Amino acid sequence: MTMLKEGRPTAPQAVTEADAAPATATGNRALMLEEALIFEIGSTDTTGVDFAEAPKVASRLGNLARTDGIGLPGLSEQETVRHYTRLSRQNYAIDLGLFPLGSCTMKHNPRLNEKVARMPGFADLHPLAPQSTVQGALAVIHELAEWLIKLTGMHSVAMSPKAGAHGELCGLLAIRAALEARGDARSVILVPESAHGTNPATAAFCGYKVEDIPATPDGRVDLEALKARLGPDVAAVMITNPNTCGLFERDMKTISDAVHAAGAFVYCDGANFNAIVGRVRPGDLGVDAMHINLHKTFSTPHGGGGPGSGPVVLSEALAPFAPLPFVEKQGDGFALVEEETAGEHHGRSFGRMVAFHGQMGMFTRALTYILSHGADGLRQVANDAVLNANYILRSLDDVLDAPFGASGPCMHEALFSDKGLAEGFTTLDIAKGLIDEGFHPMTMYFPLVVHGAMLVEPTETESKTALDQFILALRSLAERAKAGDEALKGAPYFAPRRRLDETLAARKPVLTWTEPALAEAAE
Amino acid sequence: MRYLPLTDTDRQEMLSVIGAASVDDLFVDVPAQARLSGQIAGLPDHASELAVERHMAALARKNLSAGEAPFFLGAGAYRHHVPASVDHLIQRGEFLTAYTPYQPEIAQGTLQVLFEFQTQVARLLGCDVANASMYDGSTACWEAIGMARRITKRGKAILSSGLHPHYVSVANTMAKFTGDALVHEAPKLDAATDIEALIAGIDKDTSCVVVQYPDILGRIADLTPLAEAAHAAGALLIAVVTEPVALGACRAPGHMGADIVVGEGQSIGVGLQFGGPYLGLFACKQKYVRQMPGRLCGETVDAAGKRGFVLTLSTREQHIRREKATSNICTNSGLCALAFSIHMTLLGEKGLRELAMLNHGLAVQAADRLRQVPGVTLLNDSFFNEFTLLLSKDAREIVRTLADKGVLGGVSLGRLFPDAPEIGHGLVVAVTETVTPEDIETFAKALEEELA
Amino acid sequence: MSRYFTDEHEWIDVEGEIATVGITDYAQEQLGDIVFVELPAEGTTFEKGDDAAVVESVKAASDVYAPISGEVVEANSALEDEPALVNSDAEEDGWFFKLRIADASELEGLMNEAAYKKFVASL
Repeated sequence: MTMLKEGRPTAPQAVTEADAAPATATGNRALMLEEALIFEIGSTDTTGVDFAEAPKVASRLGNLARTDGIGLPGLSEQETVRHYTRLSRQNYAIDLGLFPLGSCTMKHNPRLNEKVARMPGFADLHPLAPQSTVQGALAVIHELAEWLIKLTGMHSVAMSPKAGAHGELCGLLAIRAALEARGDARSVILVPESAHGTNPATAAFCGYKVEDIPATPDGRVDLEALKARLGPDVAAVMITNPNTCGLFERDMKTISDAVHAAGAFVYCDGANFNAIVGRVRPGDLGVDAMHINLHKTFSTPHGGGGPGSGPVVLSEALAPFAPLPFVEKQGDGFALVEEETAGEHHGRSFGRMVAFHGQMGMFTRALTYILSHGADGLRQVANDAVLNANYILRSLDDVLDAPFGASGPCMHEALFSDKGLAEGFTTLDIAKGLIDEGFHPMTMYFPLVVHGAMLVEPTETESKTALDQFILALRSLAERAKAGDEALKGAPYFAPRRRLDETLAARKPVLTWTEPALAEAAE
Repeated sequence: MRYLPLTDTDRQEMLSVIGAASVDDLFVDVPAQARLSGQIAGLPDHASELAVERHMAALARKNLSAGEAPFFLGAGAYRHHVPASVDHLIQRGEFLTAYTPYQPEIAQGTLQVLFEFQTQVARLLGCDVANASMYDGSTACWEAIGMARRITKRGKAILSSGLHPHYVSVANTMAKFTGDALVHEAPKLDAATDIEALIAGIDKDTSCVVVQYPDILGRIADLTPLAEAAHAAGALLIAVVTEPVALGACRAPGHMGADIVVGEGQSIGVGLQFGGPYLGLFACKQKYVRQMPGRLCGETVDAAGKRGFVLTLSTREQHIRREKATSNICTNSGLCALAFSIHMTLLGEKGLRELAMLNHGLAVQAADRLRQVPGVTLLNDSFFNEFTLLLSKDAREIVRTLADKGVLGGVSLGRLFPDAPEIGHGLVVAVTETVTPEDIETFAKALEEELA
Repeated sequence: MSRYFTDEHEWIDVEGEIATVGITDYAQEQLGDIVFVELPAEGTTFEKGDDAAVVESVKAASDVYAPISGEVVEANSALEDEPALVNSDAEEDGWFFKLRIADASELEGLMNEAAYKKFVASL
């Protein structure tokens, strides 16, 4: 036989305690790569782009030429690609795994959305181009608006708000305008204690005094307390439905009737629309205005914090006050109604909220998503979202306290508390432990009405396998936290960074880079 | 439906774990009269990827995109060439599908980018500190006016006539509800900006003066005297930059005394997108940092002593301060800030200067060619890449007719200021590096035909 | 000099017509790491119960109320550079502001040290 030798071992020796990983010279650990700042690796003499030579002309900059060194480093294309690729790998993302953030609806972001948004016929359009040249774009906005109106059972929709909180502002400004139009300016807005912080912040911004509405022991708005407080000074009530505890507000219609009878309006925070899309229409519940987060229910990407898009559906009573501009059908085509054409159509609009027309890039994505699902698919979205959340709730309510678990099913998100954890162990420890288990933590310490709240929203785009793995991880962490496993206190161990000092960041804020020589000189 | 992974077997297994007979049982809290028994009528069923793509492509084809015609539109949104790698990098799933970096240990990618972005923006605008972005320039401008009110405790804001009319409109809408008094009028067709008039109008009730640089007609002015006058009266100077590429060639507003500088970052990395999503830039002096709205990313260390980044000074924000927050803003424009930062890194200041000089050079050539057309005068003495032409006819009609002929020839003042017919013969023309000499010639000839 | 306490966890040292106000050690422990203190300007006048200052930790901002009516004569500038003083020495160097007392009778309803200790034990 020919004796051909392998030359090297092909099965590893078992790792023992003594094989603790040594330090490396670079600080890298194989695929876990450290990455410096562009200010540390780039140079003001380097550029990764090339241009044709500028025409030689006499300057018309009026003696305002910039002569200082700006301090913006450049990198070559390959260094740029490496820098951002390395940074990207230090992020958790939906593309990596289940992202259980309650009230954020971290569903899969379909790539068809991205392809459509980038079609030059959408991406390369100027907002002020003559309307005859952008009829297709106006048609998209109109088609999406029609879907949103039909899905919510409302009268019309304001498309221009740029995010959910911006949409809340839109809704409240419409309410304020409506009250002023009938000569009945009021000064108070009622907000449940469990509401997201944007609700009272927005109300205060519009000049209203904010008062809390308490919750009942079963996690809903206290209807009697609310009715008792309604009066001629209350302009509106802001309700989230399903609410931030993941529960459907059963009394919603009764609440709306009472609010209307008192001459006020109902604003609905639509962040949790994913639980009821295609199954319940807010218009049937007496809602006057509701913002929809396209980056939640309708899958536009979160992008590391934004951009969002927050169209606001409006009742017939509020429709005349909707902001400018908006798109309407005119003859065979579409028209963008801006300030100067508003008089004929929309003389009572409260005005413009933003330059140009809204988040077109999100409209194309959201419409693509909606057309992909259709009415049947969207109803299935709500079904599966609610099913998935209840599966998680019931798979874990023997090991984690579910404060409202006994009172019935949850909607699209499951809420747990820190009751039963060992002395000194908190929701934070479980959350940081989840990181090591390969998941982004769930929403922590929100809503404020539950101690040590853990709000889990899986969404409908998670398979049963993914859910089971998550349940396994959370069960293990709950058991460890109840047993007082000290190792949890040091988690996460395996992330690119250990726990970070937020106290230092707040006491001595360093918000921009300073070159070390300059920093020393300053001290 | 291709995005719903549960099988019917899965659903049955899960229902038995839950102890429910059907999914309908899970909706028991919805009152009967609000429960829809089936899918909503009058809406189509699901569609395949191919069908949806076809539908959307047909709508896209109904638009005349900027790349298909000689293109000269600006007025707050600019067409610049974005290098190919920018779009590839922002589509990495770890950027595209990541969330707000509230769990910093697994979001150092996003956080380091924000720290780099904040530094790039602060340096570009000539300020001490910048935030992690707002929705767009117009809302950033309005937030700056609110910040000036909080700092000076005064309620009267003076808005330059050279400020973008949409930004004025947004400020007016908000002022109705915050009680600020805004002073503004439509621009006059002078070569000089309205700086003198602004200085004359400052008094002890003024919270801020808001000026655009370059302004809506493309004019550039030294802001230093205005800053001095504002400060002497205890007011703040807010500068608005709608074309940040200009700062590759022109002095930064922060270096001329502006207290807050806001802007629209869309020019760098983001693209036209028919108006959104865009990118609000917000920067200010160090002493005002606690009054800033929006997210802020700061440097710190982790438990092992390694440098890292976290969101900080959160007590300004809505999720903590609720009704006492500096703003109700929650979302920023994260992915657009990433695109801006990547493009800016590829440019570096060397590339930014080259880009700026290329824009300016082409704009000067275009202005000189277009003013030769009979019936056309050039308004500006100074400009960067955008200038105003005065035509012998109403500009709005000219723009529409040119569009029918496949030329996207600028934005008319009639569209921007419909209530000021006396300036309706003005046409704002932007010229970026995407414009060719052939485009300029085509535009000039088409204009000549229309004005004949 | 006498020290009084409120049920909002503030302490007041009275010397003649000047009262020094701070928060108690119990309060600083509850609040966690203090990162910033917003103090009133000299000359500001308060009615008892008005918002007087804000104590910020990383994740929360807590209002501090004027325990008695008066006019601010001095704010503790050391807290600007060193907010951590409130954690390390809440009841001495971590004082917030000094007031010229408007109405000494308002001190009557306040607790002494023993009563405050008892109050905290009951929480």
